[in-house]
Amino acid sequence: MRIWVPLDAAAKALGADEVAAALAADFTVTRNGTRGMIWLEPLVEVERDGVRYGYGPVEAGDVPGLVEALRSGAAHPLALGPVEELPWMKAQQRLVFARVGVIDPFSVEEYQAHGGLEGLRRAVEIGPEAIVADVTESGLRGRGGAGFPTGIKWKTVAGAQAPRKYIVCNADEGDSGSFADRMLMEGDPLVLIEGMAIAGIAVGAVQGYVYIRSEYPDAIRNMEAAIGKARQAGILGQSVLGSGHVYDMEVRTGAGAYVCGEETSLLNSLEGKRGVVRAKPPIPALEGFLGRPTVVNNVISLASVPWILAHGGAEYAKLGIGRSKGTIPIQIAGNVKYGGLFEAAFGMTLGHIINEIGGGTASGRPVKAAQVGGPLGAYVPHWNFDVPFGYEELGAKDALLGHAGISVFDDTADMLKLARFAMEFCAVESCGKCTPCRIGSIRGVETIDRIAQGDQDGIPILKDLCNTMKWGSLCALGGFAPFPVMSALTHFPDDFSGRGAPRPANTYREAAE
Amino acid sequence: MTSPASDADFLLRLDAIIAAHAGREGPLLPILHDIQAEWGYVPEEAQPVIAGALGMTRAEVYGVVSFYHDFRDHPSGRHVLRLCRAEACQSMGADELADRVRAALGIDFHQTTPDGRLTLEPVFCLGLCACGPSAQMGERLLGRATVEKVQRLVAEAGMGAGA
Repeated sequence: MRIWVPLDAAAKALGADEVAAALAADFTVTRNGTRGMIWLEPLVEVERDGVRYGYGPVEAGDVPGLVEALRSGAAHPLALGPVEELPWMKAQQRLVFARVGVIDPFSVEEYQAHGGLEGLRRAVEIGPEAIVADVTESGLRGRGGAGFPTGIKWKTVAGAQAPRKYIVCNADEGDSGSFADRMLMEGDPLVLIEGMAIAGIAVGAVQGYVYIRSEYPDAIRNMEAAIGKARQAGILGQSVLGSGHVYDMEVRTGAGAYVCGEETSLLNSLEGKRGVVRAKPPIPALEGFLGRPTVVNNVISLASVPWILAHGGAEYAKLGIGRSKGTIPIQIAGNVKYGGLFEAAFGMTLGHIINEIGGGTASGRPVKAAQVGGPLGAYVPHWNFDVPFGYEELGAKDALLGHAGISVFDDTADMLKLARFAMEFCAVESCGKCTPCRIGSIRGVETIDRIAQGDQDGIPILKDLCNTMKWGSLCALGGFAPFPVMSALTHFPDDFSGRGAPRPANTYREAAE
Repeated sequence: MTSPASDADFLLRLDAIIAAHAGREGPLLPILHDIQAEWGYVPEEAQPVIAGALGMTRAEVYGVVSFYHDFRDHPSGRHVLRLCRAEACQSMGADELADRVRAALGIDFHQTTPDGRLTLEPVFCLGLCACGPSAQMGERLLGRATVEKVQRLVAEAGMGAGA
């Protein structure tokens, strides 16, 4: 009997290591990634006759009883039935996360048994030009937030003449509410390696870097281990899968600067400089790492490529809506009953995601708003939840997709406090290069404090300031920090008015009861 | 506390770290991470040595060390407890948790307990956003953190360190 206990950081934070250690006394335990159902973690899986049965959430204290039940075949109160049959799993279309939670993340053999390396093999077969054409046809756009078409970026780098080119994976996933990159790197690191190798062949790059934030020690460790396995298996090195193409890669660790998620700032950091934003042009595709042509893509963008190559760009483009093609790993987080990762084609409404899939709030109170796309994303009020999940669709509501993380808030949320936090965060994390961001964010905090003291004259000043930051900042940090602030102010003006004295935190609770 | 630079083998250990990254593209951050792993912070005395080895000015190296939140210019406590302050955790009561933890430990963020055992730091997202509020101490992660769970974590670490 084979037993799985996730090694994912979220599962570990809920006690998976203790559960695995307790089970190891009686069984051989394989550590897998998480299935993404975080409310069921630690989720123990047991394979019987080729079907995997789930038990969760399991605490270390539950293990003796569970062992007993597994031995005797008796029923157990934490039994969930076959994992693949759970409604959360069945409702998904897992292309990128197909293997996460299923396989041993470090087994090249299991990776291949579940479709791994098919994309890279086909890439080797069809060659650089056809790879770029396929990725372009798929309609894949940057999953880090900017939404730039991946195929066009690759074509630019492929066409650039240089003695050395690079693939840089942006794994500086600093957005609150986002954990797709982490979950993928911990649960199926080989798919990212495969995607980066395909990118390398497509544009003629021989070296890649994965820039992972230091807050993700598990992802760093797992990626490094997987790179070692990939070298042994000939996926990386002097001849990728025996093709003659040279491609190798390594992990680089960030140092706690949120702004390094911005691509030019990341490149400076990788070069060993302050993570200060560069003015564009020149674009990184032509002058990137060390001034050479560089593909900078997000983890999920690169990890989508193996599926696209294996099944064809046209197949991928059949999914989604409008200009948002394919699937998107939605991260449902914050105050939500069923939080986790849900991969589906673009197009579901935000309300469906939060209320049906997420089951509403964890607190049981009404949903007030959801912040979509991290600390620079707008607060979407509950009455706008009919917006379909897509780049342009969210944009039309003055919101943004970002990294597709959703943080849910119940009706006790104080929108002024959250707006203040957005400005404060921008002030702390500003790289300091441009004035609207560096100074504007500090003035923003001060102005919101004035409003909190009851000074309504601060409101037009705050709006004006947001406008200056939005249009005058060099990058998305200062440019998008106004989104959470303005959305909070526009949709919840009551939270910004009548504040002579700081309100008690439970105002909403009283109003609702 | 005396500076590690007064240790007889300081330069030897520093040179070994720098040499280990020779030939890498953009070696400064990996070097600084290793230095911090070795001494717990980046001693000021190391900066001119790094600058010389990499062909940079002292000001450039100082600029990098001071830019990143991770690099310390003084040692932390023996353990560093990090509480997530980001939005997803806020929606689950991270601010209240932070207030209670600060009161329980008797220190504010960026401060160390008088016995030098524990430093409290804020962190902006550990990627545990579906099981907030979250905390981290060394290798240990905590989801759905409460002040009781945090105190238990601190107590266990204290015993582990023999304190």
